Amino acid sequence: MADNGNDLVAGATRARGALGSLAFALSTAVPGIRSAAIEGGELVVRTTRDRLIPLMTLLRDDPRYACEQMMDLCGVDFPDRAERFEIVYNLLSVSRNHRIRVVVTTDETSPVPSVHLLWAAATWWERECYDMFGVLFSGQPDLRRILTDYGFEGHPLRKDFPLTGYVEVRYDEDRRQVVYEPVKLTQDFRNFDFESPWEGILTLPGDEKAHETRQGLKLPR
Amino acid sequence: MSDIVLHKDIPETLLPADAAAGAETRTVEIDSHALNFGPQHPSAHGVLRLVLEMEGEVVARAIPHIGLLHRGTEKLIEYKTYPKALPYFDRLDYVSPMCEEQAFALATEKLLGIDIPDRAKWIRVMFAELTRILNHILNLTSFGLDCGALTPALWGYEEREKLIEFYEAASGARFHANYFRPGGVARDLPAGLEERIGEWARQFPKWIDDLETLLTNNRIWKQRTVGIGVFTTEQALSWGFSGPCLRASGVPWDLRRAQPYDNYDKVEFNIPVTRQGDCYDRYLIRVAEMRESVRIVEQCLAKMRPGPIKIQDHKITPPPRREMKRSMEALIHHFKLFTEGYHVPPGATYTAVESPKGEFGVYLVADGSNRPYRCKIRPTGFAHLQAIDEMSRRHMLADAVAIIGSLDLVFGEIDR
Repeated sequence: MADNGNDLVAGATRARGALGSLAFALSTAVPGIRSAAIEGGELVVRTTRDRLIPLMTLLRDDPRYACEQMMDLCGVDFPDRAERFEIVYNLLSVSRNHRIRVVVTTDETSPVPSVHLLWAAATWWERECYDMFGVLFSGQPDLRRILTDYGFEGHPLRKDFPLTGYVEVRYDEDRRQVVYEPVKLTQDFRNFDFESPWEGILTLPGDEKAHETRQGLKLPR
Repeated sequence: MSDIVLHKDIPETLLPADAAAGAETRTVEIDSHALNFGPQHPSAHGVLRLVLEMEGEVVARAIPHIGLLHRGTEKLIEYKTYPKALPYFDRLDYVSPMCEEQAFALATEKLLGIDIPDRAKWIRVMFAELTRILNHILNLTSFGLDCGALTPALWGYEEREKLIEFYEAASGARFHANYFRPGGVARDLPAGLEERIGEWARQFPKWIDDLETLLTNNRIWKQRTVGIGVFTTEQALSWGFSGPCLRASGVPWDLRRAQPYDNYDKVEFNIPVTRQGDCYDRYLIRVAEMRESVRIVEQCLAKMRPGPIKIQDHKITPPPRREMKRSMEALIHHFKLFTEGYHVPPGATYTAVESPKGEFGVYLVADGSNRPYRCKIRPTGFAHLQAIDEMSRRHMLADAVAIIGSLDLVFGEIDR
């Protein structure tokens, strides 16, 4: 068992070393990369929109990276940031057996260059990201909605889109068709926040200020 | 066999009086017509709406319309604590629920930085492989049904029933198991289940042989599948294929071997690979994978030892009910776990597992609270369905049905 464990650790270290050298090569040799680092055991490369296509071409065609596949494209919304959307590309190399994650940021109006000419699979992922977040992809000839209803308005995975949505559908017996109506909730939407400290109440009500200065803790919400 | 009659063949006496006017050439453009395949078609495997532009009986273009089963799973997960988010994964690919749970459980464990006990890993590997067989039985037999073979489906449901009973014995539910949880599995296997699974594993290869006598060398089956929907290695890579569809195109890639998770690095199995990349090869791969899965199940049973099935940190896994009756601390932990849940440290991970259909990934972003900040689900069939236009181009309409069957699509997962 111990040998096995050591082997595993050694293997993991080797893998991390290989990824680390890739991160080093990317951050030093390739222009236009904001950062390339190992985050939680995974190689994350941050870049800018205008440098995306050269970087992706390099990652696909350079035999050191050889990312033949783009497995996933994902948007993440951070409404507080100036460029609120992160677009995350998860690349996979089946010949070198590693994954590289490329992250660019954008906002509602600035388009991200499409990578559908590099990986044919990108088209639907970009359509999905456009549908869910309203991120625009320049050079994408088929930028239609994909998952939501025909004629849907809004971008549901944005943090400012309500969980209940805006419209609901039902079948109308009189009109003999499916009708769209504004959402009516019979009871207010309840968003429970169960957060509280595990170890009991540290602050007595009314005593927050004194407690904060004493402990250096932030105010409980 | 042309029924075009030329003017010179017609005796002048029979020509209409204004023959000169009729001699003008007219170009008539025949529109290719569009055919709506689904969303209520039995071969659409769910709610696929496929608009087929036909030239006669030949498919010129196939445009899939998806999203009819979109339930906003990713948005819902953002409003649920981590333990409450897990059951949504059963409902994605409802043919292979436990493999989807595994992806989320592994991603959460990675962000929490915990390692689960050995027995839990063996249980997970074993049930992941049972799930693979469960999935492949349904896919292969319904694929047969699409091409006119009724018997495999009748036989397959009997075998699936046995596997579903193992699900029920372990988790209490036949489909939506909610069994693989971050920190281990929900509960230990009941007494006698290991023997029952072992007994089943001895008998099951015989069923695969029976299935193969129906299909593998069947002339009609081969006429329907050989050389249909051929995808080259380059195409398969570019279109983001994974799992059996990628291996059918000649890429020996399996996440269980390449990036092993749980205890897959401690079992021996072969990875079937074929070269043609047609529907028949995708069928052969799945049949071979079922045999390998039985081998893995047998190894799991041999190597499984009694022991804890979840980590003993009761801030992440619930305490035993027996203890809750006596210990105040256990009661508090139980209450807090099922209301507040646990807090996951900030970070992001893309964790993928080899689900029966291919790479199923979860991109999980945690912000330190008790809910995922973002949980992107990478469905397998999404990439496969996208390629259907390229795959079925210039094929007959009936071949498009065979291609859909061979891609193993489940819309719970594609539409999310």
